Amino acid sequence: MAFFEAMIHHNPLLLHGLIAGLLASICCGIIGPYVITRRVVMASGAISHMAIGGVGAGIYLAYMWVDPTFRLRVEELTGGLLPAPTGDQLGGAPGREQVDQAALFGAMAAAVIGALLIGLIHQRVRERMDTLLGAIWAVGMAIGLVLLKLTPGYQAEVTAYLFGNISFVPLSELVVLGVLAAFVLATVLVFHKRFMAICLDEQQAEMQGISALWTNLVLLVLVALTVMTVMRVVGLVLVLALLALPAATAGHHATRLVHMMWISVILCMLLTTVPRILVYDTPISPEPAIVLAAGGLYLTSVVIRRAVLALR
Amino acid sequence: MTSTATASNPIAEITNVTFGYPPAGAERPVLEDVSLSIEPCDFLGVIGPNAGGKTTLLKLILGFLRPQKGTVRIFNQLPSRMRHRIGYVPQHATVDASVPADVLDIVLTGRLKGSSWGPWFGRGEIDAAMAALEQVGIAELARRPLGTLSGGQRQRVLIARALVARPHLLLLDEPTANVDAHVEAGLTDLLHQLNRELAIVMVSHDVSFVSAHLKRVACLNRRISVHAADEISSDIIARMYGGDVRHVHHAHECALTDPGCKEGCEPTHAQASSGTTTSAAADPTDPQR
Repeated sequence: MAFFEAMIHHNPLLLHGLIAGLLASICCGIIGPYVITRRVVMASGAISHMAIGGVGAGIYLAYMWVDPTFRLRVEELTGGLLPAPTGDQLGGAPGREQVDQAALFGAMAAAVIGALLIGLIHQRVRERMDTLLGAIWAVGMAIGLVLLKLTPGYQAEVTAYLFGNISFVPLSELVVLGVLAAFVLATVLVFHKRFMAICLDEQQAEMQGISALWTNLVLLVLVALTVMTVMRVVGLVLVLALLALPAATAGHHATRLVHMMWISVILCMLLTTVPRILVYDTPISPEPAIVLAAGGLYLTSVVIRRAVLALR
Repeated sequence: MTSTATASNPIAEITNVTFGYPPAGAERPVLEDVSLSIEPCDFLGVIGPNAGGKTTLLKLILGFLRPQKGTVRIFNQLPSRMRHRIGYVPQHATVDASVPADVLDIVLTGRLKGSSWGPWFGRGEIDAAMAALEQVGIAELARRPLGTLSGGQRQRVLIARALVARPHLLLLDEPTANVDAHVEAGLTDLLHQLNRELAIVMVSHDVSFVSAHLKRVACLNRRISVHAADEISSDIIARMYGGDVRHVHHAHECALTDPGCKEGCEPTHAQASSGTTTSAAADPTDPQR
C-alpha cells in the first residue's frame, strides 16, 4: 500500500502520526467510557474549547517573549490594553518548534484550569450546568481567536490545533504525548474503583468516605490531558468525535465498564489508522475522515441496536 | 470488631435533638426534642406523615446533618466517623441503571472506603460480595446487568451492597415505595432474617408490611414517640397525624389495626404513599406538600 511504502521509505512523520493516533486511542478508549457514563460529554467539549484559548495564549506569550517588535505591534493594535512583555528579549520571531511547544503547553494549562473550574462549579450549581458549559465553551474559543489574531505569522498553522494535523507531529511532541498517556493510564489504575463508585451512585460513594468533588476533579483533569493527546489527531474542535463516539458505540454492546473500555480502545485504534490509510494520496484530509468514520460507526451502531431491540 | 459493639452499649444514641433546616434553623424545627436509642438487634419502624422528619432523622444518624441542640452518637462517637458501621439502603432511584455494571460490580462498591485505591477488587472482597448476595438470595444474578432486574431484585442488590461492609445497623429509606405487594412479602422475610444479626431501622409511610416482625415503632411528626410494636393503636396513630390528614390517618389506622382489611385500603394507601421522603425537608406544618 502506498501509505506504508511512503512511511517506510521517505516519510517518518507518517509513523509519528500513527503512534500519536494510538496514544490518543488508549487515552480516549479508557477515559471515554467514564465520560459517557458520568454524563460529562458537554464538560469535555467545554474543556477542549478552553484549550483553544490556551493555544492562543501560549503562542501569544511565546511571541511576547521572543520577538521585540511584537510588543510594539500589540500595543499599537490594542492601544496599550494588553500587557507588554518583560524579561530577556532574544530577538527575532520564535521558531516553528517553539510555537508548537508553546501551543501544546498553553492548551494543556488552559484545559486543566478549565477542568478544575468546571469540577468546582459542578459541585455548587447543578441546575444551570449546561448554560455555564456553553459559556465556557464559547468564551474559551473566543479568547483563543482574539489572541491568535493578534499574533501574526502563524495563522495558517492555527488550523493544526483546531482541526488536527496528524501528518505533522514532531518527535518532541510525540514524547510529551507518550508521557501524558502513561500518566492518564497510571492514574486510572489507581482511581478506577473510585471513578466507578461516583459513576454508579455519587451519594453512596460520599457515605463511604469517597469525596465526589475530588474524584470528579481528578476525572476531569484526566479528560483535559486526554484532550491534549487528541489535539493533533482530530483537532480541539472535534475532540468529542474520538472521546465520546467510540465509547458510546462500545456502550451499546458492553454490560460492564471494563468491557466498554476494551471495546472503545480497539475502536479508537481502528478509527485513527484505517481511515487515514484509506484516504492517503487523495484530496480528503485524514482528520475529518477519522471524525466521519467515528460518526458513521456510531450511527450504524445505533441503528443496529434499535433493530435488535425491535426484533426481540 | 471492637469492644464498642457489646450488648450493653446502644448502637445509636440520640439525645434531645432539635434540628431545623437553614435559614430558620432551630426556630422552625423539623425535629424537636427527639430522643431515641437503638440497641443491637433492634428492629425499629419509623412512621409518620410526609415532612414529619423521617429522612431528616436518617441524615442525622448518618452524620450528614448536625443537630442545633442535643447529640447524636454512634457507638459513642460522632456519626460522621462511624458511617462505615452503618449500612444505608436508599430508595432505588439513586443508582444510575444506565451505567454499564453488573450486580456484582454494584455490590462490590459497598466495600469501598476512603482508603480504597487501585483498579480492581481482591478475591476476599469478591467472596464477601458473593456472600452478601447469597444472604439476600440473589447470588445467581451476580453477572446480570442492573437494567435487566425487577424492582424487588434491585432492592435486594441495594441491601446486599449495604451488607457487604458488615454493618451493625441497617437503615432503609422507604423500602416499599416502588414495589408490589408480593415483593413486599419477600422483603419482610428477608429483613426478619437479617435482624438476627444486626439492628434495623426502616423509615416508611407504610409500616404495616413488617409490623409482624417489628420490635418497636417510632411515630415521628416533629416530635417522636416510641412504642413497643404490639401496643401501637389507632389512637396513637391518630394523635400523631392530627385531624388534617385524614386519608393518611385512615390508611394507617386500617393497616395497623386490622391487617386483614389491607386490600380494602389499597387505593387510599397508594395515595398516602405517593409522596417522596425528600419533602421531609419542607415545611413541617404542611403535610400535603
